[in-house]
Amino acid sequence: MSDDSAAGAEADLPEGVERRTFGGRERLSTRGAQVYGEPVDAEGWRAWDAGRSKLGAMLELGMDTGLVGDESVLYLGAASGTTVSHVADFAGPTYAVEFAPRPVRDLVGVAEDRTNLFPLLKDARDPESYAHVVESGIDCLVMDVATRGQATVAVRNRQFLADDGRLLMAVKARSEDVTAEPDDVFDDVVAELESAYEILDTARLDRFHADHLGIVARPK
Amino acid sequence: MTDAWFAGADPDDPESGATRVRTGRASAPADWPAEAVDAGFAADDTDYYAKLRSATLAAASEAVAERERADDVQLAHAVRAMDDAERTANELAERVVEWAGTLYEDVPRGLDGVRDIAARDPKTAAEERVVSYATRAVDLLDERDDLRAFIEERAPTTAPNLAEMAGPVLAARLIALAGGLESLAKKPSGTVQVLGAEDALFAHLKGRATSPKHGVIFTHEYVRGTRPQDRGSAARALAGKLSIAARIDHYSGDYRPDLHDELADRMATIRARADEEADE
Repeated sequence: MSDDSAAGAEADLPEGVERRTFGGRERLSTRGAQVYGEPVDAEGWRAWDAGRSKLGAMLELGMDTGLVGDESVLYLGAASGTTVSHVADFAGPTYAVEFAPRPVRDLVGVAEDRTNLFPLLKDARDPESYAHVVESGIDCLVMDVATRGQATVAVRNRQFLADDGRLLMAVKARSEDVTAEPDDVFDDVVAELESAYEILDTARLDRFHADHLGIVARPK
Repeated sequence: MTDAWFAGADPDDPESGATRVRTGRASAPADWPAEAVDAGFAADDTDYYAKLRSATLAAASEAVAERERADDVQLAHAVRAMDDAERTANELAERVVEWAGTLYEDVPRGLDGVRDIAARDPKTAAEERVVSYATRAVDLLDERDDLRAFIEERAPTTAPNLAEMAGPVLAARLIALAGGLESLAKKPSGTVQVLGAEDALFAHLKGRATSPKHGVIFTHEYVRGTRPQDRGSAARALAGKLSIAARIDHYSGDYRPDLHDELADRMATIRARADEEADE
């Protein structure tokens, strides 16, 4: 596939994320224990599938995430740990919040192979239920929650972020309203986010994820 | 005094930290690693994160095990397994009857045919295969019956009002479709009414169809046994009481006979419409 949409000034990848060749194709990769049957090269780098990871897609599309590596991360909507495993490979302390028990069973398995990944079976809409565990001054808040009110969740979790921290968010249009036009949904989400965040960049992730918008923002 | 997860936890016992991780709350986050070192809970940051890791891993594993062992989750799995077993048995039966028809003259149709073939004494290699195959299908049918018996025994203790009103199997189906008894209890009755009719509902929301009158509750006698022009009312009345039943089962758990009488009265009123029109 040609890389037309990511043409132009491409942001630097964080330390610990590299483009390497897997099966003749250049792909993102991080170094760590294998998680979901992804290809691993001889030096222990494992391919990061942008089609299965919204954050992977944001990096693949060249969005400036501000990630440099080794930051503290609060990841909301960790699911079974596909993406968060890659994050923990290059980041520092990584708190992974997921609401559904079944995926957390897998997430615990991913965390057992890593020293800096802390799984939490908690509801991201209720930050007080994990504020006694997650530290303040987090460098990066990653959000991939497929529930209605995604912007509200981002605003409520603003309190964890350092003033110069980053919000990296993937908005799923269909979680807000299955019948509305995705663009209208995205406008509403961005408008609500602006009460607490300054939007730095947005990009449609459609090449990898239909009807998703990637957002990079920082606290106001 | 701090709200931190490590407050009051034994630094050398991940279990005590795990309990605090699961049950604690704080109004706002703080620099917990620094506080833990100041409080003497951890020697340094590295030690703190190692202790945090043990506590969160233990807490998440325990919480998952507890939620997944819960009775409503078991019911949901059982009813899905029952449907799988039945669907697969029917699929195997079709092949058995088809195949056996080429070897035997007198093969009854359908699942009866399968039981009949499985009971036969094979005389050739081909007959041996088809009889063996039929035996698997019969085993699967028996498994389906055992699963149904399990649901009939469990549903009344897990959700007494819902099981009484919907019948144990439909109660289990509603719980499975909603994703648990708690989720079912939190759904509005309009949603309960169309659970299992999601395709039709989304077609309607996109403007391609009329709104569905009922989902899986169609299998209930109150809906199926009501004449078509009154089925919408019947489904609405049943769904309303079913969601109240689910709420009572989730939040209190005691059996309320009144609820079932009210529904019976309402249904009698709806069905009386047919008689009134017949009299006119």
